[in-house]
Amino acid sequence: MNRIQSGDLNNIREKRVHEIKKFKAALMVCAGTGCVSAGSFKLKDLLEKELKERNLDNEYMVVPTGCNGFCAQGPIMVIQPDGIFYQKVKPEDIPEIINKLIEGKYVDKLLYKDIETGNYIPKMENIKFFGKQQLIALRNKGIINPENIEDAIARGAYNSLAKALEMNQQDIIDEVKRSGIRGRGGGGFPTGVKWEIAFKTSQEKDVIPYIICNADEGDPGAFMDRSIVEADPHTVIEGMLIGAKAIGASEGFVYIRKEYPLALERLEIAISQAEEMGLLGKNILGSDFDFDIKTHRGAGAFVCGEETALISSIQGKAGEPRQKPPVPAISGLRGKPTIINNVETWANIPVILDKGAGWFADIGSGDVSDSPWNGSSGTKVFSLVGNIEHTGLVEIPMGITLHEIIYDIGGGIPNGRKFKAVQTGGPSGGCLPASHLDLSVDFDSLTKAGSMMGSGGMIVMDDKTCMVDVAKYFISFLKDESCGKCTPCREGLIALYQILDRITKGEGKNGDIELMEEISQTMSLASLCALGQTAANPVLSTIKYFRDEYEAHIKDKKCPAGVCKELISYSVNDNCTGCTICSKKCPVNAISGKVKEKHIIDPELCIKCNVCYEVCKFDAIEVR
Amino acid sequence: MEKVNQIIQKWNTDPDFVIEMMQDIQDEFRCIPREALEEVTLKTKVPLARLYHIVTFYKSFSLTPRGKYEIQVCIGTACHVKGAPLILDSFTRELAIQIGETTSDGLFSLEGVRCLGCCSLAPVITIGDNLYGDVKVADVPKLLAKYKEGNNE
Ligand SMILES: Cc1cc2nc3c(=O)[nH]c(=O)nc-3n(C[C@H](O)[C@H](O)[C@H](O)COP(=O)(O)O)c2cc1C
Ligand code: SF4
Ligand code: FES
Ligand code: FES
Repeated sequence: MNRIQSGDLNNIREKRVHEIKKFKAALMVCAGTGCVSAGSFKLKDLLEKELKERNLDNEYMVVPTGCNGFCAQGPIMVIQPDGIFYQKVKPEDIPEIINKLIEGKYVDKLLYKDIETGNYIPKMENIKFFGKQQLIALRNKGIINPENIEDAIARGAYNSLAKALEMNQQDIIDEVKRSGIRGRGGGGFPTGVKWEIAFKTSQEKDVIPYIICNADEGDPGAFMDRSIVEADPHTVIEGMLIGAKAIGASEGFVYIRKEYPLALERLEIAISQAEEMGLLGKNILGSDFDFDIKTHRGAGAFVCGEETALISSIQGKAGEPRQKPPVPAISGLRGKPTIINNVETWANIPVILDKGAGWFADIGSGDVSDSPWNGSSGTKVFSLVGNIEHTGLVEIPMGITLHEIIYDIGGGIPNGRKFKAVQTGGPSGGCLPASHLDLSVDFDSLTKAGSMMGSGGMIVMDDKTCMVDVAKYFISFLKDESCGKCTPCREGLIALYQILDRITKGEGKNGDIELMEEISQTMSLASLCALGQTAANPVLSTIKYFRDEYEAHIKDKKCPAGVCKELISYSVNDNCTGCTICSKKCPVNAISGKVKEKHIIDPELCIKCNVCYEVCKFDAIEVR
Repeated sequence: MEKVNQIIQKWNTDPDFVIEMMQDIQDEFRCIPREALEEVTLKTKVPLARLYHIVTFYKSFSLTPRGKYEIQVCIGTACHVKGAPLILDSFTRELAIQIGETTSDGLFSLEGVRCLGCCSLAPVITIGDNLYGDVKVADVPKLLAKYKEGNNE
């Protein structure tokens, strides 16, 4: 491939668009991690084979794409240009899919079925889950082959880079500032302001700054960044290039979790294709601007997502945070000014340059025309997971309510259960109860309610979730992940864990709640980095909104949700038909009973493994 | 040792990339052998004490060999809410090992990971390179049996 100039982008786009137009339709097979685990690679190969055998491979093309954000129903296949959406596609469905396609019809059994009406909905855009979204960061998901740079260019990739190369540095920074965009990685710091600090500092000190993309995505229960990198790696590269041009950097790094091998592979392919085309390396698009990107794999430490720890890890050291200030924008990698932004932040940058700061600022909530701090502009990607009908990735304009996300897009709580809480903000976020469902989803409203925007994990919990157990879960997570450098964080988490552990075992005492509140306060005041400073949020928010549940554990020695092992027992109710499946599956033979007669569980033997509950088809197992 | 040297060369003996080198070493040997660390020190001039600090700091590394099949049970939030603790319990019960341990036949080792990024499929586990979603307690014995028979497709 030849190194290209700015003017060539248009030719490549037109050529590719023309090539695609020659086909009657494109069968887009989702090849994100979720669908791959459900067999989508095999599906793609078989599709190609079938089309070839039937001499149809000149009429229909098969395109592997990134995650469509609907992974629970994988493998997903979308037929373009009509946007026909198939789910749970199996190899044996292939001949029929092709037959119907030729006839201009659909395979009904593979279509999405509306949960309210029971009607089949053929087109993706008419499915509520997708229809209500507004795609900026995810604009290319499911539409391009992430391993083909020409597909990305056909969708406009690198146009904004070409634009940036013609702009003066301060003008790029001003554009980003005026868009009001705030960091998508958790902190919500205005991106343009960060860039300006790095730009000014490197000019004053006459040094070359660095660019980093944070793809560590440590927030458990979140996979926005994974999906963006898997579906559209070029938007991240382009964002970084624009940032580099703006502040005058010539080297950039992507720090990516090793748990994301597919994302890393796609990113590396994208980097090398961009290098070959002269979109990375020396004299980019024929200009005098040089920029290189290297990747680093994280080695499994949550705290490495914190920017100063990440920088230390990139330099081949243990990822321990350091005191701030100075912020990395002033002194970061190798002591040089460094801008570090989250994957999703980078993915938004090309669109801001393309459509203009004003366009972006108009999306979202608040008025950011004077200062980015006055609102939350743009969209945010959330990973909507847990006890919800439609789990998946959603990109929504900031400012819509939790209720809209959970019910209108997510389809509510499945299995006839009740909504109990929604957790946002990652391990140091908070749990919000039903009374807060009308809350607007933006940086400031969530913080005010005792949670956080965080990076976009949104875990929905039904009434079978124990909030004390959830608090214990987060504290245990953070206790393991605290780097241990400072005492309040290290010791505070151990102390909180011990108290919560006692409470969940029925050994809670009066005064435990107050003691936890006191420890939390010390931690938030005296810890070095944000991990310790915010670590108590899950405890404080659950105490605030679910105090009665704590009291039930402490005073009545009961776990109302039926989760805490020491406080519950399993029994069989009158629904039992004597089908004997539970007694066969019980690993410790604690269940006895004759065929067609009600069974009983021996509480002495029961290890509360939950197998009986899982396998019973008659709702006959009670957990209390 | 030749393998170790190849790995060090792959990263241009660059001290900034010692963590990458050690990840490759871990993948190759299923642990970080002391001799490998000494070789890395020799070539990159990064002090041995710092390498040990790294090995103990990051969860990816282990000083004792991990099993032929590494089992990772996701204990991220989405999986927790969907019953991951029960899945983890059933692995520790079936394999009679705790998190961080390897079975005596060297076949399986067990780890808890903080999120595999497939939260829609919760609860999620991986065995070797294969990912399984929507896992039930009742599936665990079947899955293990499959791998014991050497049939890991
Ligand atoms: C304990 C801890 C973990 C973090 N993990 C991540 C992460 O996984 N991904 C991320 O983008 N930011 C993470 N952050 C935030 C980063 O420190 C940093 O603010 C962010 O990458 C800046 O990018 P942004 O302004 O684009 O959000 C974490 C912060 C803390 C304190
Ligand atoms: S607050 Fe916790 S994680 Fe952060 S530096 Fe201190 S000990 Fe480490
Ligand atoms: S991986 Fe296919 S929809 Fe997410
Ligand atoms: S929480 Fe288990 S895969 Fe994300």
